[in-house]
Amino acid sequence: MSDELLALTAAEQARRIEAGDVSAAEVFDYWRGRAAADDLGAYLWVADQAPEDAGGFPPIAVKDLFCVRGVPSMAASRILEGYRPPYTATSVENLQNAGIQVLGKTNQDEFAMGSSNENSGFGPVQNPWDRTRVPGGSSGGSAAAVAAGTAPWAIGTDTGGSIRQPASLCGIVGMKPTYGAVSRYGMIAFASSLDQCGPLTRDVTDAAILLNRLQGRDPCDATSLGIEGGVPLPIAERLDGLRFGIWGMEEPGLEPGVAEQVRGTLAKIEELGGSVESIELPNAGHGIAAYYVIAPAEASANLARYDGVRYGPRAPTNGDLTALYEQTRHDGFGEEVRRRIMIGTYALSSGYYEAYYGTAQKVRTRIAQDFAAAFQKVDFVVSPTSATVAFKLGERTQDPLAMYLSDYYTVPMPLAGIPAISIPCGLSEGVPVGFQIAGPAFSEARILDAAHALERSIAFEGVPVG
Amino acid sequence: MAGELSKILEHVETMNELDLEGVEPTSHVVDLTNMLRDDVPRPSLPREVALEQAPDATQSGFRVPTPGAS
Repeated sequence: MSDELLALTAAEQARRIEAGDVSAAEVFDYWRGRAAADDLGAYLWVADQAPEDAGGFPPIAVKDLFCVRGVPSMAASRILEGYRPPYTATSVENLQNAGIQVLGKTNQDEFAMGSSNENSGFGPVQNPWDRTRVPGGSSGGSAAAVAAGTAPWAIGTDTGGSIRQPASLCGIVGMKPTYGAVSRYGMIAFASSLDQCGPLTRDVTDAAILLNRLQGRDPCDATSLGIEGGVPLPIAERLDGLRFGIWGMEEPGLEPGVAEQVRGTLAKIEELGGSVESIELPNAGHGIAAYYVIAPAEASANLARYDGVRYGPRAPTNGDLTALYEQTRHDGFGEEVRRRIMIGTYALSSGYYEAYYGTAQKVRTRIAQDFAAAFQKVDFVVSPTSATVAFKLGERTQDPLAMYLSDYYTVPMPLAGIPAISIPCGLSEGVPVGFQIAGPAFSEARILDAAHALERSIAFEGVPVG
Repeated sequence: MAGELSKILEHVETMNELDLEGVEPTSHVVDLTNMLRDDVPRPSLPREVALEQAPDATQSGFRVPTPGAS
């Protein structure tokens, strides 16, 4: 039975549990063994035994930044080393209540700041398709675990692309829901006006199952709304009458191999009865500039709480309280986190606030208007998820700006608060290419339906080589 | 790091190519006002649980060095 489980989606495993072919505890133990044997660096913690009630679904890998009571939850930062929260994030609790237990905590870029998982305080993650390449980030551990078959499914967070880009680079499905669909309570905060929790899965059906259980209004998060009517299982097999607006194919950084797979997918949309037209998002090109003001600004405020007083390690010092704060933060934060705190505090400082933060907020309005105008003409805006396939470990670490530009296609959606999914659409250089589908706020069900139809037509073989 | 930060800020400043006259800033993407929850008392964390993760705790709080020695 156990090797059979590896080939099944989470939904199929749940059906086996329901039919009594296998017990939930056996399924949990199988995946616990797989996760414990991970050698990609994808996990920071693995459960040592099945919980008493293993539930009706296979267990889930959870990005480290979700607080889980009594379980290490460090956002992959040394400043939270060993931290075991006294409470559980609402999103994770929703899954547990639905019979989906925590399998382990996955590696990530520290505080979700990064696009390659190389900024983790606990070491990088390797891409299971090619171990010399990055898995993407910041939810790199979650994506690598699902792609390598050390987790049946996973959750992550997306602030500027941190679910969709690693899903793309690892050849799996990743969805960022509408801002407010899922509670942020208990998610260690990076940029609060952008952060959203979402699924990383083998297929679109599993993503819908997870999202339906994650979403919901939460009294502990005043920005949470949930998705009205929930998320039905996607069933569409055709795209008749649906209009797709393709964007960003003329970008100079777009790799020819990626462009070719995306064009092939556009042809499949037409075969399935959909129509494709080019669409302009005139301000999207300034998304990275606006994002790298807004996200660091919010992060600089959110990360002020790490000071070695209430939780996390404290640096030894003979000085006063200020010296304690300074030494703890100096020792605890990695380079990228320091960089962003500096950009953020600079952008928010008196005299520069209007020029940076104020301007970025106006660009954000413009980008939201671009999408609104596009959705007057088309049902979905589509593009490559990433301009390139997975790059080599170390390739972009010396050039932070080049790393930031990795998020070119994924940053505009969170700035506008809208949902988007990445599905694998083929290979280039022997590693996966992702296709992104975005829709208006709270159009998750329609996006999942379209992705489901396309997924069947693409028939991507989701097994990494070797 | 100074050089890297300058390069990032240079890119950020490309925002100024846009004519943003009269554009309203966006601070929040979802149209929400006064999202209040019912004012029902509920238990908070017991003190010993809240103090459990502190690097240096007393029975009643967090111990820190003197705030203003220097």
